[in-house]
Amino acid sequence: MTALQEVPAQDAAAPAAVRREALHFALRNGKLVTGLAIVLLLLLLGLLGPVLIGGTPNAYGTQPMQPPSGEHWFGTTTFGQDVFTQFVHGLRTTFAVGVLGGGIAAVIGMLVGFVAGYRGGLVDEALNMLTNIVLVIPTLAVLLIINAYLGVRSVGAQALFIGLTSWPWAARAIRAQTFSLRTRDFVDLARLSGASTWRIITREIAPNMSSYLFMTFILLFGGSILIASSLDFIGLGPTEGISLGLMLQNANQWSAMQLGMWWWFIPPGAGITAVVGALYVANVGLDEVFNPKLRET
Amino acid sequence: MSLRVNDLKVYYKTLKGEVKALDGVSFEVGDGEILGLAGESGCGKTTLAKSLIRMDGRMRHTGGTVELDGEELPIGDDRRMNAFRFHRVSLVPQYSMSALNPTRKIGKMVTELLRSRGVTPDAGKLRGRLDAVGLPHEVLDRYPIELSGGMKQRMVMVVSTLLDPSLLIADEITSALDVSTQKAVAGALAGFRDDGLVKSMIFVTHDLSLTYQIADTIMIMYAGRLAEKAPAKEIIEAPRHPYTRLLINSLPEVGVRYAERKLAGIAGSPPSLLNPPKGCRFRDRCPLAFGQCEQEPPVVEVAPNHSVACWKA
Amino acid sequence: MLKLDNVTKVYRVGAFGGKTLTAVGDVSFDVRPGEVVSLIGESGSGKSTIGKMILGLTPVTGGSITLDGAPVRPGKEYYRHVQGVFQDPFSSYNPVFKADRVFQMIRQAYYPEVRETDWAERVHATIRDVRLDPDQVLGRYPHQLSGGQLQRLLIARALLLDLKLLVADEITSMLDASTRIDVLNLLAELKERGLGVLYVTHDLSLGTYLAERTVVLRHGKVVEMGLTDKVFGNPLHPYTRQLLAAVPRLHAPWEDAEPVTDCLYHRGGASGGLSEAEEGHFVACARLDGCPE
Repeated sequence: MTALQEVPAQDAAAPAAVRREALHFALRNGKLVTGLAIVLLLLLLGLLGPVLIGGTPNAYGTQPMQPPSGEHWFGTTTFGQDVFTQFVHGLRTTFAVGVLGGGIAAVIGMLVGFVAGYRGGLVDEALNMLTNIVLVIPTLAVLLIINAYLGVRSVGAQALFIGLTSWPWAARAIRAQTFSLRTRDFVDLARLSGASTWRIITREIAPNMSSYLFMTFILLFGGSILIASSLDFIGLGPTEGISLGLMLQNANQWSAMQLGMWWWFIPPGAGITAVVGALYVANVGLDEVFNPKLRET
Repeated sequence: MSLRVNDLKVYYKTLKGEVKALDGVSFEVGDGEILGLAGESGCGKTTLAKSLIRMDGRMRHTGGTVELDGEELPIGDDRRMNAFRFHRVSLVPQYSMSALNPTRKIGKMVTELLRSRGVTPDAGKLRGRLDAVGLPHEVLDRYPIELSGGMKQRMVMVVSTLLDPSLLIADEITSALDVSTQKAVAGALAGFRDDGLVKSMIFVTHDLSLTYQIADTIMIMYAGRLAEKAPAKEIIEAPRHPYTRLLINSLPEVGVRYAERKLAGIAGSPPSLLNPPKGCRFRDRCPLAFGQCEQEPPVVEVAPNHSVACWKA
Repeated sequence: MLKLDNVTKVYRVGAFGGKTLTAVGDVSFDVRPGEVVSLIGESGSGKSTIGKMILGLTPVTGGSITLDGAPVRPGKEYYRHVQGVFQDPFSSYNPVFKADRVFQMIRQAYYPEVRETDWAERVHATIRDVRLDPDQVLGRYPHQLSGGQLQRLLIARALLLDLKLLVADEITSMLDASTRIDVLNLLAELKERGLGVLYVTHDLSLGTYLAERTVVLRHGKVVEMGLTDKVFGNPLHPYTRQLLAAVPRLHAPWEDAEPVTDCLYHRGGASGGLSEAEEGHFVACARLDGCPE
């Protein structure tokens, strides 16, 4: 009878228990915690930094080309702009572009990938054609043209362009995964339990590739940041404000490396690397959290 | 004696510790003999088959010796085993379907394979072997995808035995085949021995009734140890080990009906080989178990060629 | 109860569905309450396709499948009465969730009003019904359980519903001999409770052990069907005979099996429809005696 008394607690927990358990393992996973901590730290810096420091990032100062000091933590540029102020503002922009662009691309990619992979047949053919068309569009060239035509370019618009053009490979990868998962018997059993297509996709198939989906998002996130940076770099970035990419562009344009002004280009470069790298480490940890087999070993 | 295995121990390295998949097995296979190796999954039969030809990275040769035609096989030494593989010991793998390179025509693949082993291909011999298993010579000009499962299986068998190895190991080669194809493949296998192309053979399967059809001797393994070994007819008609008896009794035969004779499985499950129990490993599931079973039963020859590891045998 | 009338399944293959492939052609049989019907065939015989069509997992191209006179309408109501268990226990469970989630899914869909404690009690009782110890199987992940345990849990899952028919598709082919028979006995118990079971298998001996009636399929067509005793006691179709002769048996070596010397069936399946050879025994080969080919 002891068993009978134990079970209600176990049963009651249905979906909540799964989440609670995932959290339990998540908190004990060093890679996940470290990765997320770094991202969170940079995110907080990007969010709170500009508020606390105030000031305008592009304002010219009176002390050009200063190395890092107590007054200017990250030194100043050729024009006396404070690199730290630029860094925290740029971080904010960069996060915004990454989250927005990566997010839009991930949502489209997942929708297209899941539906095409699960439904198959004509739906798949049609979606596949759309994917392939977007895939062969010379993305950067189109972005260049669109950006060039728009007078005022906002961060949001940039993220939207990036999101709308960078989803195809994600859709293809997710479609392939869904395709192989769809033939597994547990999908049939879910149908025999009266589950709807949407429910099967979100509750049966997606959890099996959750770390994969997160990975996809990270790569899209990083990709957005990099595309945004390259756009910034060639002068098609946001017309106002600052981003890590714009900082790199400025540093390059004004020969920071040749002049030995390492404090100008290392912070933005390291910032981009840290965000993308930390997310990647978190992803490896996440894989262990979601895969019960990896947990035990 | 063609093959002599003495107290062979092969362990698997895992993160939880060593899995004693094969824990002290001794047996012999005579010239011209087909040994059927049977048992439940995890009994060590596949580990045994693998260790005789190629250990995978997680396997470790922990003890014991293997002698083939009086010469010791360096089974723990992957490099030195190369001289024996294919020439002296050969394997027909479980998934022959994927053993053939899909991008090469079969004839070309066979030639390349032989060259890589330092052998000059002999077209006449190859054709003769194809005839022996009932494959048309045209298969050499086809791609693997054009062959049926049974044909691929037989093709792989031809390739594996082309150099007349002394010992041929067939690992679950029929489990993916249909009943009628299964019979043809098993027949072809026995034909190799009958024609003297291979000296002896180990036929690994989970299907006792299939082993019974082609093996001369059947060896039943349980939890990494030998349970019983006897001539095929004898082990089926008069099994001595309680495990063998229960196993045979759990097999429905054509004509046995639930309504008339209810069969029973074996309750419980095999012990974990990470930390196998002392004494007889079948003890927990055995209806005859008694005090003495806490000591390990030795393998005893109870009748000519009939060995059993059980105190009650 | 369950009735198949001239059921046909045609797949479209090729780049634009230009070619067709008939997986199941004109199959008719029925399953009554309290009996096991075994559907026997080799790979490519269409036996699993028939199982999937009955479960509504793949649409029927022609003919009809009815349950108590009503056509199959895949959905919650139908699945309350008709359930399936499949071949690979490890593929039947979502590897990222605990195995007992299959019970929770049934509860969410069919019994949301049942109280937690009552439900737990019901689950426990059903698990004991399939001869498992609830303590050993609940709260575990699929990879921590054996194939036999997983298959029994799936039978238990089906039993939680108001089940009339269970489609068991090769459910023992991945199990060890020592546990296989217990799962088969479980199916026989279902039949004793008045359920109908369609047991799909390639293994003649397993089929004959359980089934009252047998349907032998070849290339999507029924070659012989009827009472199991009659079909295998007095096999009429050459294909059935050949199958029977090829089955490895324990006490009879192959050499002793009677060789098939009769005419071989026509390629591409049986010709002609089924005719009743004796009472309760139907065979598709109309020209057994003195077949000119």
